[in-house]
Amino acid sequence: MGNKVFKTAKAALDGFAFDGMTVMSGGFGLCGLPENLIVALRDSGAKDITAISNNAGVDGFGLGLLLETRQIKKMISSYVGENDEFERQYLAGELEIEFNPQGTLAERIRAGGAGIPGFYTKTGFGTVIAEGKPTREFNGESFIMETGLVADVALVKAWRGDPYGNLQFSKTARNFNPMMAMAGKVTIVEVDELVEPGALDANFIHTPGIFVQRIVEAKCEKRIEQRTTRTREGAPS
Amino acid sequence: MSWTRDEMAARAAQEIEDGFYANLGIGIPTLVANHIGEGIDVTLQSENGMLGMGPFPYEDEVDADLINAGKQTITELRRSSYFNSADSFAMIRGGHIDISILGAMQVSENGDLANWMIPGKMVKGMGGAMDLVAGVKRCVVIMDHTNRAGAPKFLKKCTLPLTGQNCIDMVITNLGVFAREGEQRRFRVRELAPGVTVDEVREKTEADISYE
Repeated sequence: MGNKVFKTAKAALDGFAFDGMTVMSGGFGLCGLPENLIVALRDSGAKDITAISNNAGVDGFGLGLLLETRQIKKMISSYVGENDEFERQYLAGELEIEFNPQGTLAERIRAGGAGIPGFYTKTGFGTVIAEGKPTREFNGESFIMETGLVADVALVKAWRGDPYGNLQFSKTARNFNPMMAMAGKVTIVEVDELVEPGALDANFIHTPGIFVQRIVEAKCEKRIEQRTTRTREGAPS
Repeated sequence: MSWTRDEMAARAAQEIEDGFYANLGIGIPTLVANHIGEGIDVTLQSENGMLGMGPFPYEDEVDADLINAGKQTITELRRSSYFNSADSFAMIRGGHIDISILGAMQVSENGDLANWMIPGKMVKGMGGAMDLVAGVKRCVVIMDHTNRAGAPKFLKKCTLPLTGQNCIDMVITNLGVFAREGEQRRFRVRELAPGVTVDEVREKTEADISYE
């Protein structure tokens, strides 16, 4: 096995960033974002990027960083409502956006990573999403064809990983990360904890190491978008 | 006296049966969770990758890795499970979720739903709404009967871009409950909010529905 472990996010990305690249970036909202790898991608200076990510981060955080520096040419996302800079660039015609239904986006990435070039789904039939796409009937129901997605580089965030690239994800920080790990020609992962070989129970590996080319341990800020809490009964409010 | 937002949510909660797996949309549908009847055991799905959503955390339990689809911090329950987005939408698209309760801008008499974009305005995206209405067994809309200008939202045909075709089974508004059985059937007035008359509903509804 070649060495997959890198010391810094910058070193882990080195040699894989280029102008016009397609990047997948894991996360839902700000949860499960490869924060340090996004910063490394910004610092690489690569431009005209097509970014595939469920959301576009917020101003100054996540993919919002790459929007500020105008490194993103096009986004493929399901929802982008939390980012003012995104809105400004989009309304000014400086940024292209392709909206995908969230489940279609997830399945396109899964399919891409699994070597499936296209599939049929009923999601979006009869809506603008279906325009220009082939349709077909199965058992009397109508479906539209969607295509698989792959990326030059997938940036993934995991909880724990070992030097072989085996990964475990934490709670809802899993989201798009496992599929993106499969769909990257090169997949680079940042983990909260890099553990010794054998420390992860092989029964509970979420992403097997074959999908991972590079791995780096990095401290994440883990910003919270909406901090909602409740008060203990009897506690002073 | 038409229904308040909370009363609409309480009425929608009556559609949730014991043992159901349910997905509640953002906004008024979120309130439905507060009204689930005693003895009704329901598992809430959050499409970002969790079954068995728990309540908001206490301050010292907040975990950035644990949020719902509205990006709010939440907690887990003993029944909870986590999964990736493809598996989450396999549950949704594959018809494994019993009920979806969601908001709407417009609903048409044949059950079309529009709730994701207004041409000329900033479009934020459809998120998981198109998948939910395409795949969930039963889709219930909660919405005001008219828009802010007083124009009907329950229409012959949606004028806004669709989220899904022929996908809505029940519409709960501040004026009442409108339901249909099966995709070919007409919506029928099933209940009126207290003090609301059939005439008022007729006046504020464009859709051709049954008043019998």
